[in-house]
Amino acid sequence: MTAVDLGLPQLGGLDLVPTTDEPQKAKDYKSDQEVRWCPGCGDYVVLNAVQSFLPTLGLKRENIVFVSGIGCSSRFPYYMNTYGMHSIHGRAPAIATGLAVSRPDLSVWVVTGDGDALSIGGNHLIHALRRNVNLKILLFNNRIYGLTKGQYSPTSEEGKITKSTPLGSLDHPFNPVSLALGAEASFVGRALDSDRKGLTEVLRQAAAHRGSALVEIYQNCPIFNDGAFDVLKEAGQAEERLIPLVDGEPIRFGSPGPDGLGEYGVVRSGFAGLEVAKVSEVGEDAVIVHDSSHHDPSYAFALSRLSTQDLSHVVTGVFRNVERSTYDDLARRQVAQAKESKTADLQALLRGKDTWTVA
Amino acid sequence: MSTTEGAAKTAVANGTRQTEITKLDRVVIRFAGDSGDGMQLTGDRFTSEAAAFGNDLATQPNFPAEIRAPQGTMAGVSSFQVHFADYDILTPGDRPDVLVAMNPAALKANIKDLPAGGTLIVNTDEFAKRNLAKVGYDADPLEDGSLDSYQVFKVAMATLTIGAVESTGLGKKDAERCKNMFALGLLSWMYHRPTEGTERFLREKFARKPEIAEANVLAFRAGWNYGETTEAFAVTYEVAPAKLAPGTYRQITGNTALAYGIVASAVQSKLPVLLGTYPITPASDILHELSKYKHFGITTFQAEDEIAGIGAALGASYGGALGVTSTSGPGIALKAETIGLGVMTELPLVVIDVQRGGPSTGLPTKTEQADLLQAMYGRNGECPVPVLAPQSPADCFRTALEATKIALTYRTPVLLLSDGAVANGSEPWLVPDIADLPDLTVEFATEPNAPEGGGEGGGGFLPYLRDPETLARPWALPGTPGLQHRIGGLEKADRTGNISYDPDNHDRMVRLRQAKVDGIQVPDVTVDDPSGKAQVLVLGWGSSYGPIGAACRRVRKLGHSVAQVHLRHLNPFPANLGEVLAGYSKVIIPEMNLGQLAMLIRARYLVDAQSYTKVAGLPFKAEELQNVLLDAVKGVHAA
Ligand code: SF4
Repeated sequence: MTAVDLGLPQLGGLDLVPTTDEPQKAKDYKSDQEVRWCPGCGDYVVLNAVQSFLPTLGLKRENIVFVSGIGCSSRFPYYMNTYGMHSIHGRAPAIATGLAVSRPDLSVWVVTGDGDALSIGGNHLIHALRRNVNLKILLFNNRIYGLTKGQYSPTSEEGKITKSTPLGSLDHPFNPVSLALGAEASFVGRALDSDRKGLTEVLRQAAAHRGSALVEIYQNCPIFNDGAFDVLKEAGQAEERLIPLVDGEPIRFGSPGPDGLGEYGVVRSGFAGLEVAKVSEVGEDAVIVHDSSHHDPSYAFALSRLSTQDLSHVVTGVFRNVERSTYDDLARRQVAQAKESKTADLQALLRGKDTWTVA
Repeated sequence: MSTTEGAAKTAVANGTRQTEITKLDRVVIRFAGDSGDGMQLTGDRFTSEAAAFGNDLATQPNFPAEIRAPQGTMAGVSSFQVHFADYDILTPGDRPDVLVAMNPAALKANIKDLPAGGTLIVNTDEFAKRNLAKVGYDADPLEDGSLDSYQVFKVAMATLTIGAVESTGLGKKDAERCKNMFALGLLSWMYHRPTEGTERFLREKFARKPEIAEANVLAFRAGWNYGETTEAFAVTYEVAPAKLAPGTYRQITGNTALAYGIVASAVQSKLPVLLGTYPITPASDILHELSKYKHFGITTFQAEDEIAGIGAALGASYGGALGVTSTSGPGIALKAETIGLGVMTELPLVVIDVQRGGPSTGLPTKTEQADLLQAMYGRNGECPVPVLAPQSPADCFRTALEATKIALTYRTPVLLLSDGAVANGSEPWLVPDIADLPDLTVEFATEPNAPEGGGEGGGGFLPYLRDPETLARPWALPGTPGLQHRIGGLEKADRTGNISYDPDNHDRMVRLRQAKVDGIQVPDVTVDDPSGKAQVLVLGWGSSYGPIGAACRRVRKLGHSVAQVHLRHLNPFPANLGEVLAGYSKVIIPEMNLGQLAMLIRARYLVDAQSYTKVAGLPFKAEELQNVLLDAVKGVHAA
C-alpha cells in the first residue's frame, strides 16, 4: 500500500482515512450474520451504540477494520459490515499493531474483554498503549469469564464465588483504567453499556484521538454475572456513585446542591491524590476542574483511583486525552525518509563492498 | 598441513630473509581464546582476507551463550574455524591444521581436535600458574612435553603487542586488547594473505577512536613483522585461488543471505515487508540486518514477545504487506498458535526458525535440526504448513525467495528451517543477477467473485472461493470497496468463510487445507551419483549438506559408489522422492536429531531408511559420515 505523507503529531485520529459523502445509517454497518449473544447481554447495547455512532464519522466503510481476540465480546467483528478479524486469545492488539503500522488509511478498532485484554493478553495491551499505536481499543468489562461459562476474571471483585472459586476468589483485581494509565496510555475513557449518550461521547473523542485509545465499557453479563453494575444504573443510587468527567467543568456529582450541581466534588488530597468531599464543606473553589489534556498522567491516575472494587464510586468519561507521537506514524516516517534519502538498489546491496571475480 | 595432493616446496627470498614456501590445496585454521579476546573478529577478518584472495572457504564460529563468561575459564572459550582452499569445499573442516590458542583454557578446550603433527601457536603470556590452575593444568603443558607431537610455536603475544603499540600512548589494558590483531598479522604473514583490507577495516571500525585504530593496525603489522623477522618460522604457505564457476563472488553468512532474500522478496513482489520479531540467539542478526533496509520498504517491529512478533506480521499480511517473523529455539513454540491462525485465515506469512540446541532454552549458540517435527506438526488440529530448509549459508538467499513465493502463491504460512551452523557460517556466494530473480508479484481481489444470480453470495464476495489450480483463496485487502468480509480462527464455511460448525463442512475444510499444501509445486530432487552404480543412497536436509557431500566425495575417492539426495523441500516432499528412494537397496539419513526426517520418510514411503543421528550441538564431521557410509557400502556388498 502506498503510505501517505506524514505530519507529526498534529494529525487527528482519522485524518488519513478516506471519507465518503454518501450518507450512512446504522443498518449499513450490520452484517448478514445472526447475532448470537445471550438474550439481554450488554454486548447488544454496545453493538447498537457502535453501529449508530460510526455513520457520524463519515468514513468509507471498507476502511474500517475490527480486530478481536477470544471471548463473548470478541464475536463483535462478525456482526459488523466492515472488514474484520476474529483472532486468537489475547493477541488482538499485536495483530492490530501490524495492520495499523502497514495501513495508515484504515481506522482500526480492537474489541476485547476483561479476560482477553487483562489476563492472557495483558502484555500486548500495555505495549500497544505504551507505543501509542493508532488503535481504538474497546474493553468490554463484565468482570467474569462468559464464554468459558463463569469463572472469575482479572477484574472480578475479591472473594467472588464462581465455578472455579467455590470458596471465593483470592486475587486482587485490576482497575483497567489505572493499568492503562500506568502504561502511559495517551487516551483513556470509561462508559457504561446502558449509557448510550456517555458511551457515544467517549467513542467520539477516542476516534478523533491520534494514538491508542482505551475505552473500558462496563458490560452486563446476565448469564454469569447478572446485575454486576446495577448499582450504577438504579435511580437513587447511581448519582451517589457515578462521577462523570466533563472537560472544563468542575467534577461534581450526587443529588443537586443549592447551586444546581452535585453535592459532592473531587478535591485534592494528600501528596498527589484526589478525594471526594462535600462541596458545602470544602467550598466550590476547592473542586477540581477536569482537564483530560493534563500531561502528567498522575492526575488521571489519581482520578482512576477514586473508582472502587465495590463500585461505591465509579468515574466515567475521558480521563486522559493527550498528544503524543504514535508508533505507527513514526515507523512509517522512518521508512519514508529512508526511501527519500537512499535509492533501493538491490543489485548493489547483493554485491556488497568486497567482491572478487572468477574469470 | 592436510593436503592430499603433494605439497610443493620452494625456497624464495621473502623480504629480508629466506623462507621456504609450501603450496597447499587447503588449510583449516582455528582461532581460540577467551570470549573477550576478539576471536570472532579475528576469524572474520582472516576469512575476508581469504575471500579477497579468491579462495573457496567455509567458516564455523563456536562461542558460549554467556556474553562474558568468567575470564580464562573453559566456559568462556570462544573459537572461529576457517577452512580455505584452492578448490570448491563443502564444510568448515573436521579438524584444524593450525590451532591458535590465546590462553590455557583455549588450549585445553581445543587441543584434542588438533591432529598429531598439527601446528599450534600459543600466546605464552597467559600461561601463568594461576591461569593454568583455573583450568586444571597441574603442570605447564608448554613445558611438560605433553605437546611434543605438535609443531609448537610459543609467542609472547601480549608483551609483543604492548611493545608494538607503545607510541599510541594507550594504557596497558587497552594495548593488550590488540593482541588478537597481532595473531591475525602473524597468520596473515604465514599464509601470504593480503593485508590492505584488514587495515582499512580497522580504520573504519574505530573511526571515532583513532588511537585505538592506530594501535590495532600497529599490532597487526607487528604480528606480520614478527613472522618475517624472527627465525622461528622457517616455512610459509600458499593456498592458490579456487577455480570456482566464473562470476562475481562475495563472502556471506547464512543470516545475512536470509535477510537479503527477504529484501529481494520485497523488491520482486513489490510489497512492503513487515518483520515482526523478538530478539533471540541466533536469529537476531536477521532483525539487525533487515532494520537497515527501510529504503526497500521494510519495516522491522521489535515486539514485546515472540507472539506479538508473529501477530504483527500476520496483521500486516492481512493488510496486504508481506509479513515475516524470525525466531529460534523456544520462540517457535510460542508462535505455534498464530501459525494456526495463519493456516485458518489462509494469509501469507514467512516464519523463519533458526534452529538451535533444545529442548527448552537448550543450547542457544549451538546448532541442531530438531525442530523438523515441530515445524511439520507442532500445532493443534490438522494444521499443515509448507516447510523448507537451506543447505548452506549462501543457499539461504534462494530458500527465502522460495518460501516467499509459496506463501504468496498459496496464501499460507511457510516455515523456513535454518540452523545455527548455516546462520553463523559463511561461504563465498556467486552474486546473482537480479534480472534472474523470480517474479513474485501478486494480484489482490478487487471485484466480487460469487457467480451472478441466486445461490450462495449471489454476485457478492466469497472470501473462501478457491483458485482451482492452487486452491488459494482470494487476498482481499481492507480498503477494497464491496469486499467487506470477516475472517478468524473459528472454522470457516467453505466459500463464504462464515463461521460453521457443520460436521461435513469441517471435514471438507480440513481436507482442503491439507490438499492445498500437498499440491504445492516443488522441484523434483536430483540424484548425485557420478558412477550411476550406487546401491546406497544418503538422504539429508538442511545444513548437513556440506559434511554429507564431503563424506560422499571421500567414499567415492576410495573407489565406492554412493548416491546423494538433499532435500530443500520437506513439506510437501518433491514428487519424485518416493520413486528415487525405491531405486536403492539402502537409504541412510544422517540428522542432528534423533531421526525426525527418517520417521517421516519411513511413514510416507514405507522405505526401511536407516538413521544416523548425533545431537552434540555441532555439525557432523565429514570423517564420521565417511565411516558411516563406508560401513553401509560394505554392508551392501557383503549381503
Ligand atoms: S455469557 Fe454473558 S457475556 Fe457472554 S454472551 Fe452470554 S450474557 Fe453475554
